[in-house]
Amino acid sequence: MPAHLRTLAGVTGDVTVAVSGEVTRRSILDALETKYPMLRGTILEHVSGERRPFLRFFACGEDITHQSPDDPLPQEIASGAEPFYVIGAIAGG
Amino acid sequence: MSNVRVLVGTRKGAFILTSDGKREKWDVSGPHFAGWEIYHLKGSPADPNRLYASQTSGWFGQVIQRSDDGGKTWFQPGTPAGETTTPDGMPKGESNKFVYDDSPETGKPLTTHQFYDGTAKPWVFKRVWHIEPSLDDPNTVYAGVEDAALFKSTNGGQTWAELPGLRGHGTGAQWQPGAGGMCLHSIILDGERIFVAISAAGAFRSDDSGATWKPINKGLHSQYIPDPNAEVGHCVHHIAKHPSNSNVLFMQKHWDVMRSDDAGDSWQEISGNLPTDFGFVIDVHTHEPETIYVVPIKSDGEHYPPDGKLRVYRSRSGGNEWEALTKGLPQENCYVNVLRDAMAVDTLDSCGVYFGTTGGQVYASADSGDTWAPIVRDLPAVLSVEVQTFS
Repeated sequence: MPAHLRTLAGVTGDVTVAVSGEVTRRSILDALETKYPMLRGTILEHVSGERRPFLRFFACGEDITHQSPDDPLPQEIASGAEPFYVIGAIAGG
Repeated sequence: MSNVRVLVGTRKGAFILTSDGKREKWDVSGPHFAGWEIYHLKGSPADPNRLYASQTSGWFGQVIQRSDDGGKTWFQPGTPAGETTTPDGMPKGESNKFVYDDSPETGKPLTTHQFYDGTAKPWVFKRVWHIEPSLDDPNTVYAGVEDAALFKSTNGGQTWAELPGLRGHGTGAQWQPGAGGMCLHSIILDGERIFVAISAAGAFRSDDSGATWKPINKGLHSQYIPDPNAEVGHCVHHIAKHPSNSNVLFMQKHWDVMRSDDAGDSWQEISGNLPTDFGFVIDVHTHEPETIYVVPIKSDGEHYPPDGKLRVYRSRSGGNEWEALTKGLPQENCYVNVLRDAMAVDTLDSCGVYFGTTGGQVYASADSGDTWAPIVRDLPAVLSVEVQTFS
């Protein structure tokens, strides 16, 4: 997660969440918001549930931002061998 | 022993500046919420250790923070009453949730407002611009938001409910954003009466604690809108009022400094001899209801002081006759701006006046503006300044 969201959640480094059922972008983010409710609204907008426009999602080196949130993610993500990335757009340049 | 606490919101975090009643030596704490835009933070008049902060980000949205110990520690209050936190002790995110009330029972339909080009846009929540704690209950607090609406919390910021009578009173379709967005930026509480101001819609008043509202813009004249004397559409930058007088309001409009003696029912221009009547801040002396302060800015195209001289202007006659206050302020090569929520006054016997600049300076005067000195010089751009006084 971007540093600001780690600060908000009071965590350092990677975050591990338990996902029941199929591992998808939606189920990962649901599990993340359940464990860290203060992150509700920060990645997906509170009311619409839409991805905030400056954020993107990556899995196993692939940009899955524009794929369906219900697409199954690779086994490496489901097993925890590879991280699921929430990336903030670079700002400053 | 008296002391003051100055609450500063900046583009990259919040800072808390404290001093004793002499207001000469200052302690600086921060940045709190480093890297986030802090549009506003303000303390409760009923419990000075209760602070609320609006923490926002173009990336991650809106976060409401609360402190119960004067800013030493902060937390998100977002666990509704009666519910528990998560098993890990995490607060629930409800305090960050601002949902327009369009329910048939209590709300108003979500209409459209105008975009800059006159096209219709739906109302979409973006951020909290201004937080106004109740005068007598630390758990009651109001929030002015973009897209313009007024929200209220009665549980210490845990959850928020819109007062939809403002957004839905009938003129909303004619509101449009100012350059900073369509924001509700000024909230003045006075018993059952509430005044708010919206850029670019105008000023509005409720006489029934926020249930019903009416525009109060008669006498405003804005040459830059299709009907210069329209009921709404005026770019009001800030409004201010002295607590002792319920009927006298002061306004810094996009252009023009204005005054009302009838609670906003009508306005008269009081720009008088100001070098320019464009600006953002306006405030009232604590002990002198007819002494007011503005910081003239050159123009809407050039957001810096005229002639590179940072000057606060003071009127001791409620407007029209203004004197430049320059002692201690830069009088050459100064091209900062002073934003709408970035001026405040303390309540000590010798009234302190404070303002912050987009250059990161926070200036203080302990003598009603006669002399000034910077408390800090190199903060991120200052968005808001509030003061708490402890006697």
